[in-house]
Amino acid sequence: MVRYLGRRVLILLPSLLLVSMLTFVMIRSAGGDPAELRLGLHASPESLARVRREMGLTDPWPVQYVRWLGGALGGDLGRSYLTGSSVTDEILQRFPATLELALSSMLIAVPLGIAAGTISAVRARTVVDNVSMLGGLVGISIPTFWLGVMLIIVFAVWLGWVPVAGSTDVHLGIYPITKFSLIDGFLEDGWDGLWDAARHLVLPAVTLAGWPMAILARHMRSSLLEVLHQDYTRTGRAKGLRFVRLVWRHAFPNALIPVVTVAALETGYLLGGAVITETVFAWPGVGNLTIQALASRDYMLVQGAVLLFAVVFALLNVLADVTYAVLDPRIRY
Amino acid sequence: MLSSTREFATNALPPTQQRRARSRFARWLRQVSPSGWTGGVLLAALCLVAVAGPAVTGNPLAMNVPARLQPPSPQHLMGTDEFGRDILTRVVHGARISLGAGVGVVVVGLGIGLLFGLVAAYRGGAFALAAMSFVDIMLALPGVLLAIVIAALLSPRLGTAIVAVGIVTIPYYARLVWGVTQTVRLREYVEAARAAGASDFRILGRHLLPGVLPPALVQATLGVGNGILSVSALSFLGVGAQPPTPEWGLMLSQAQRFILVAPYLGIFPGLGIMLAVLSFNLIGDSMHDLVDPVLAASVRR
Repeated sequence: MVRYLGRRVLILLPSLLLVSMLTFVMIRSAGGDPAELRLGLHASPESLARVRREMGLTDPWPVQYVRWLGGALGGDLGRSYLTGSSVTDEILQRFPATLELALSSMLIAVPLGIAAGTISAVRARTVVDNVSMLGGLVGISIPTFWLGVMLIIVFAVWLGWVPVAGSTDVHLGIYPITKFSLIDGFLEDGWDGLWDAARHLVLPAVTLAGWPMAILARHMRSSLLEVLHQDYTRTGRAKGLRFVRLVWRHAFPNALIPVVTVAALETGYLLGGAVITETVFAWPGVGNLTIQALASRDYMLVQGAVLLFAVVFALLNVLADVTYAVLDPRIRY
Repeated sequence: MLSSTREFATNALPPTQQRRARSRFARWLRQVSPSGWTGGVLLAALCLVAVAGPAVTGNPLAMNVPARLQPPSPQHLMGTDEFGRDILTRVVHGARISLGAGVGVVVVGLGIGLLFGLVAAYRGGAFALAAMSFVDIMLALPGVLLAIVIAALLSPRLGTAIVAVGIVTIPYYARLVWGVTQTVRLREYVEAARAAGASDFRILGRHLLPGVLPPALVQATLGVGNGILSVSALSFLGVGAQPPTPEWGLMLSQAQRFILVAPYLGIFPGLGIMLAVLSFNLIGDSMHDLVDPVLAASVRR
């Protein structure tokens, strides 16, 4: 097991290296002058040249890349072109918010998706199944940003139950402690703070949960249907097991194995989807930061954020494979 | 999927009816599920709107500032936006843009991915290793994010957004085609063709491509829907279509600024995206039940 895990992580390294090279080359070839970005349009040619030298932009690309990579391996992703602050710090400031949003969404999507898929499979080809699968299809067809906007209109604008955007009210979060809005809210204002943070979190979390929930429901349905048609389930039926017990004890755990893998993979896609959801809700996460950085051409920041997303995504891929290998004894590793 | 195998069994028609089903096409039509028909009708309606609609509704950029931000009324069935432009007109024009964008994404993704996958699987060797490693690396990145970055770097326009999303989908097609070709290329008929002296080009085109095409087309159908979704998302984020283009995602992002005064602005463009994507998903789903059900598992993520 340890060797399998080691091998998987080793394969990861060259691909992450290539990803970092790819982003580096892509971003450098996009052009734009970081020195001008820092100093403004009216800077003198001398000071521009000086800043370029200071930022190491006069070196050839490979030298710049190796220097950046060397720093990245030590946890230093360079300095923001725009503000000059550490990219690592900027990203770490924002990452907890993204993580909090993604985890909350999975907390909604996994149980509901699995429940819907299970009910669909057990009641296959009935009205319940059709409604639930149509829901699943709508779930994968609905644009995340539209779902977000519609939820805002209904629950924030019309009903006024929750705030329109943001992660906390203004008086909170000035001195974030853990940077998780729920925990910070509680630490600063007790139950009121927690309630306030939760009210901010619920709409973005639901918005982001739509897609993985639909995917999980569809996978759960087909997986359980497959198991229910296997010989051992028929044997169980033949020896007189009650249907509920048969499903719950024999079919469900086996059907769950591939779905767990999907859930791990979906968490990775969720991080990509978070870019959109965070923009809709002005959620102070890494996705929002990336979009802002792209808009202001702060490519050092973009580069760091892309690398972070790639690392997290790749790790979740490994996690998916490993859980599969652990859960399914038929898999040899 | 088991549901589909069961469907195949029940679709075995009694002999009398079988005679009545004259052509293969008629038999094929019978196998299309109700959801497939729903998707087809939906898509046909959307295509009609996209082709004929713009001629009926007029100029989507015509402003009428005094009549700005009006709620839906008999004159403006979907209301007007902040410049007094008629939303219905813009949504109708958006259908043409989005359907075109979805197809464009698939042309880029399927075109390059199919070529890569076919050649990699057929030639093998160092090229295959390099190509498929590259595919694996691309798959190890969150696609939407990559597309956003590419589009932003290539100067944000509708065209670049389509290309960016297309590029990101290449590995999915390449991987699928590669897998299918691997299984097909060792069959006896391919060997027979080679023994008969067929050129590589002929073997690829006449013997391997027909085996690869059905699952690739299922993937492509779902890909049009996902392409529409992704391109509109890029436009929403500001790295796709630029104002004043009547693109659905862009219209939504502009609508969000008026969410408190004119919440209805956002309803129809989003509904358009959803119906378009839904129609392709419905069709793709029923197609994937028709094509080899074993392959279906690899088509659907």
